[in-house]
Amino acid sequence: MIRFALRRAVHAAVLLVVISLCSFSLLQLAPGNYVDAMRLDVSISPDTAAALRARYGLNQSLPARYVRWWGSVLRGEFGVSFAYGMPVGSLLWPRIKNTLLLATIAAVGLWTVGIVLGVGAAITPSRVLEHVVRSFMSVLHSVPDLLIALALLLLAVRTRLFPIGGMTGLTDSASLAANARDLAEHLALPVTALVLIGLPLVVRHVDAAVRDALRSPFIQAARAHGIPRRRILIAYALPAAANPLISLLGYSIGGLLSSSLLVEVIMGWPGLGSLLLESIFSRDVHVVIGATLVSALFLITGNLISDLLLYVADPRLRVKR
Amino acid sequence: MIRVKTAIACGVLATVHGLALLANFAAPYSFAAQKREFAFAPPTAVHWIDRHAHFHWRPFVYGSNGEDESRVYPIRFCTRGYSYRFAGLFPLNRHVFGVDAPGVLFLLGTDGFGRDQFSRLLAGSRISLTAGWLAAILSLALGAVLGGISGYHGGLLDDLIMRMSEISLALPWLYLLLAGRAFLPLDAPSSTAYLVLISVVGILGWARPARLVRGLTLSLRERGYVLAARTFGASGGYLLRTHILPDALSVLVTQMALLVPQYIMAEVTLSFLGLGIDEPVPSWGNMLAGVQHYHVLVSSWWMLLPGVPPAVVALCCFTIADSLASRAGAIPL
Repeated sequence: MIRFALRRAVHAAVLLVVISLCSFSLLQLAPGNYVDAMRLDVSISPDTAAALRARYGLNQSLPARYVRWWGSVLRGEFGVSFAYGMPVGSLLWPRIKNTLLLATIAAVGLWTVGIVLGVGAAITPSRVLEHVVRSFMSVLHSVPDLLIALALLLLAVRTRLFPIGGMTGLTDSASLAANARDLAEHLALPVTALVLIGLPLVVRHVDAAVRDALRSPFIQAARAHGIPRRRILIAYALPAAANPLISLLGYSIGGLLSSSLLVEVIMGWPGLGSLLLESIFSRDVHVVIGATLVSALFLITGNLISDLLLYVADPRLRVKR
Repeated sequence: MIRVKTAIACGVLATVHGLALLANFAAPYSFAAQKREFAFAPPTAVHWIDRHAHFHWRPFVYGSNGEDESRVYPIRFCTRGYSYRFAGLFPLNRHVFGVDAPGVLFLLGTDGFGRDQFSRLLAGSRISLTAGWLAAILSLALGAVLGGISGYHGGLLDDLIMRMSEISLALPWLYLLLAGRAFLPLDAPSSTAYLVLISVVGILGWARPARLVRGLTLSLRERGYVLAARTFGASGGYLLRTHILPDALSVLVTQMALLVPQYIMAEVTLSFLGLGIDEPVPSWGNMLAGVQHYHVLVSSWWMLLPGVPPAVVALCCFTIADSLASRAGAIPL
């Protein structure tokens, strides 16, 4: 188990380094940089621009900049943000916390609702209910993600039930209960959007996996033995259906991160996504690289966790080696 | 049942593409024509019954976008309007419908510059549909070649290509798209930006089709007829071309039906965020971008309508992909 985990972790670390190299060279080779854009501003003299270039190391060669960047990564700084004039690390940290909070709660909600609906659609004797769930999911799958977020936003504006944007984080002056309430109110809308966006894929796979498991011979045998249906479902069918779903769990984290970028931008959630978009517009390359790397790290961690869960859940994987 | 659904989906898709092809003929106004006095005008009400309760066979609209009931403008069919090239070939100034000059007809309302949303939606469908198709073809071609090579040759090359595909799958696609788009100057001319958008979306999507084709190739290359051809001395390229790719074609078509709507959504998302198609050329995505302003979202619901066609196209494509896959007996991802 530990050896398996270690090997996967080393694999993940190598992957991260390669990704950092790719994104670094891609972005640094891109024409134009933050200081170049200053030429348009007459109040900034060429001397100042040259001084800034020297200070940020923009006049060095690509390998030299990459090495320099790695040095700052080891100090936990991830380079300097040109626009904010501070280390990227301290800029990213509060955003990471916000995105993780949003994504974690959304993931829990997504899988709870997804499993309930998927298992429900697979075992319900009513053809109508099954059809309704499936049709609703295929329609939801077709609607563009941003339209879902916008429609929710419109709903919130019209009903005035939820605050729009204005998430500032926790304040020390307010009580714990007031803080929690404020947070929950601000989270409700983006979490709902993320759950709705991710739901079709999860429901479809849960449905298919449970249906597959229920059709297999050992379930028929269990039924022939007279084991009650509920017990068959919980003790026999669900564990058998879990394997493909655990793999999907890791994969769905990537989808969740992508859609969370969009939802963050539309709903004004101060997470990684909105920072990334803003830094692309201002050519703040170190922030772009930092945010991309962090998102890759999330994703790789998600896959790692689902691999380990699979290792625990599936005895065949352990026997193999 | 599934046949009927697939037939309907094909029909709707054909209609949407036909409308895109004949966008100028079907649109009453040019996509760039501004009527500033009608900024954020709601959809024009089309009437059959006038205020004296008389029924008219020819539908009509009231003046000033429905506000001035003293003036009546009947809707004329095959009317004259701005000139364009029909299907890109010969000049024409006829349009399917329209009203006489001081009257206006905005079927889906107008945007902040007083441009007709219906006409812009039709013009935008060209941009968005082309982007979806070209990007899908690009990534499928790239995926088929790389996946075919990887599966057929195996060994070091296979390892290298598969590790590369893992890396590109390991990154969230939207972050990757944004990073890819950041590779370009922000002020690139819009035709370049469009081509770049298509290639970025298409190239970054190579990994999934490549893995699919690799799996197929691995199983196909062990088939009897492939082995037989190899013993006759057939070369690798010949085998890929005549035996392996044709067999993989059905899977590729299904994959195509899934990729096209996905890439249309990618265009919509990128343009919405301001990194795709630039104004004044309309696309489904940049038409939605106006909704980012709070007051537009609250007061002009018709500005959300450009989100409907991508949803319809996606629903049709997914239905077709479903029926293709159920024929092949597999559940598509």
